[in-house]
Amino acid sequence: MYAYDEIDRTLVNERVAEFRDQVKRRLSGELTEDEFKMLRLQNGVYLQLHAYMFRVAIPYGTLSSKQLRRLAHVARRYDRGYGHFTTRQNIQFNWIKLADLPDALADLAEVGIHSMQTSGNNTRNVTSDQWAGVAPGEIEDPRIWSEILRQYTTLHPEFSFLPRKFKFAITASAHDRAAFRIHDIGLRLHRNEQGETGFEVLVGGGLGRTPFIGKTIKPFVHGRDLLSYVEAIMRVYNQYGRRDNIYKARIKILVHELGVETFAAEVEEEWQQMRDGALKLDHEVVEDIRSRFFYPAYEKLPHMPDELRKAAQDPKFEAWRTNSVFPHKVQGYSIVTVSLKPVGGPPGDATADQMDALADLADKYSFGEIRVGHEQNLALPHVARRDLPDLWKALDKLGLATPNVNLVSDIIACPGLDYCSLANARSIPIAQELTRRFANHDTANLIGRLHINISGCINACGHHHVGHIGILGVEKNGEEFYQITIGGRADEQAELGTLIGPAVKYGEVADVIEDVVEAYLALRARPDELFVDTVKRLGVEPFRERVYATR
Amino acid sequence: MTSPLEQKKIKIAGPSIVTANRTWDGAVIYRTASQGWSSELDQAAIVRTSDDARALLAESVADDIGAVGAYIAPVEITGNGKVEPGNLRELIRRSGVTIGLPAIGLPMQV
Repeated sequence: MYAYDEIDRTLVNERVAEFRDQVKRRLSGELTEDEFKMLRLQNGVYLQLHAYMFRVAIPYGTLSSKQLRRLAHVARRYDRGYGHFTTRQNIQFNWIKLADLPDALADLAEVGIHSMQTSGNNTRNVTSDQWAGVAPGEIEDPRIWSEILRQYTTLHPEFSFLPRKFKFAITASAHDRAAFRIHDIGLRLHRNEQGETGFEVLVGGGLGRTPFIGKTIKPFVHGRDLLSYVEAIMRVYNQYGRRDNIYKARIKILVHELGVETFAAEVEEEWQQMRDGALKLDHEVVEDIRSRFFYPAYEKLPHMPDELRKAAQDPKFEAWRTNSVFPHKVQGYSIVTVSLKPVGGPPGDATADQMDALADLADKYSFGEIRVGHEQNLALPHVARRDLPDLWKALDKLGLATPNVNLVSDIIACPGLDYCSLANARSIPIAQELTRRFANHDTANLIGRLHINISGCINACGHHHVGHIGILGVEKNGEEFYQITIGGRADEQAELGTLIGPAVKYGEVADVIEDVVEAYLALRARPDELFVDTVKRLGVEPFRERVYATR
Repeated sequence: MTSPLEQKKIKIAGPSIVTANRTWDGAVIYRTASQGWSSELDQAAIVRTSDDARALLAESVADDIGAVGAYIAPVEITGNGKVEPGNLRELIRRSGVTIGLPAIGLPMQV
């Protein structure tokens, strides 16, 4: 957990006061909607189908139990008793009243939470690996650098009015859990041949109408040069990025139109003029940021405690343990993924009661810390293995122990037409039906790792382009239809999926997905060949034939 | 359900209304014939020509204090004269989400 200092607290409190005044002037009519819209977007306030939506930042997906309880309080007091965790590690409340927002923000500010720059044409939440700081084999904690970037980009005077939104992601493990290749700037911490730690810098990743996987423009940048190099990239973007067409304004379009070599050369030229200036990061600055992160005082614990050995007799516990519990860098501890994908439930939602209870569990079993993953699940990052049985019982009572992590019913879905004013079709009911179709745990395990991503429109907030199976809602003559893609992936081998055929109707989607999965089971070379690898080996044609043979 | 945010030209194909969100709480509202707003669809002013739609929208947009994001939406008039939403988007806006939610009861059936 990053501990706020006085500057952080003052910044957030001043922002709350400023927004309170802006809301007051909007409600009195002193500000028109045209004048107010940009201000509310800069504070994460959207207008959706039914109500305002309030997007709260959870920097790099790290929360304290105190913060989670405060989010529960906001859900309960100002909303309808639940919140939705998003694909950018934020949380959204769907029913907030504009008149209540200043008080909600003030309540959040007391625990060091804000909503600055969660919307608008500025730099958004810097996201990272939800296992940061605890993943085995991690180069170093990427949250240190995420925090440095967060501070650098917050209210940056040069980059507060970019051509379009701008998103960073940082990863520091061989297996990427941050989807860094589909971000405007993706940063991969690694060691060079000299053993020095630095960043591979990718630019121009992104989904939406024109999806691109990011391109490496610099294989290695030292940590001390991170901010100056990032500033060089953003200056080139700010200068050359299009502002005449919002669909062509992201940096990915600029990289594509200039070509990656030309873009990289422009950045290099800019950077060489500033690399040794004020943005060069002193070691002391980095260490100061690092010192503000909390790391537990781990005990020396055995890998296989008696409590775990005994509990292994319980098949239900074992099903959860083998699915949702992951190795930790410290012996005797585990990382626990808390599934927010119950059968028939909206993916990524948690009630206020669940949030409160999970905060208590975090205090008891995880040194008071919770993480939010971009796949819309939560994690408890510091669980002693001897506590796993008791933790599981508690999670199970809360409906938070569905053993489907990384399986077919661990679906990522945007809010879709049930909530979102941009959507063309619903996404949540599709996800709900699919979780019902694939509810059988044995079947899901037989299928193996399979990521389904659902977006209700081309803006791709559900990341459908990079789903092993991607589902995109479209509208045809007033009816909901869905395009199906397969073969995408969001990890270190990121790839865009391929369309398998014409869009299918709302009522047919679940049947189609079952056909796709059945085709995979029939075609895979071995039981442990993943779906996405079978698609890569065979292409989409065998799946297309199966799905469209009778349609 | 092409987003009304993408409406570029105002052309209507049948009976239409103007809808928006109430400024202070974001609730769904409908422009009435008496230049006010109502949360009841059956109190919405119905227009049947593009010119009338444009005029009603312009009047609605000018009322910036009470309402935000006004746009034209289709409706259907049933045999007994009842006004119903003309597409799924407006059905969802009028009646609520189509999914089960904690604490707010059963979902709307679609």
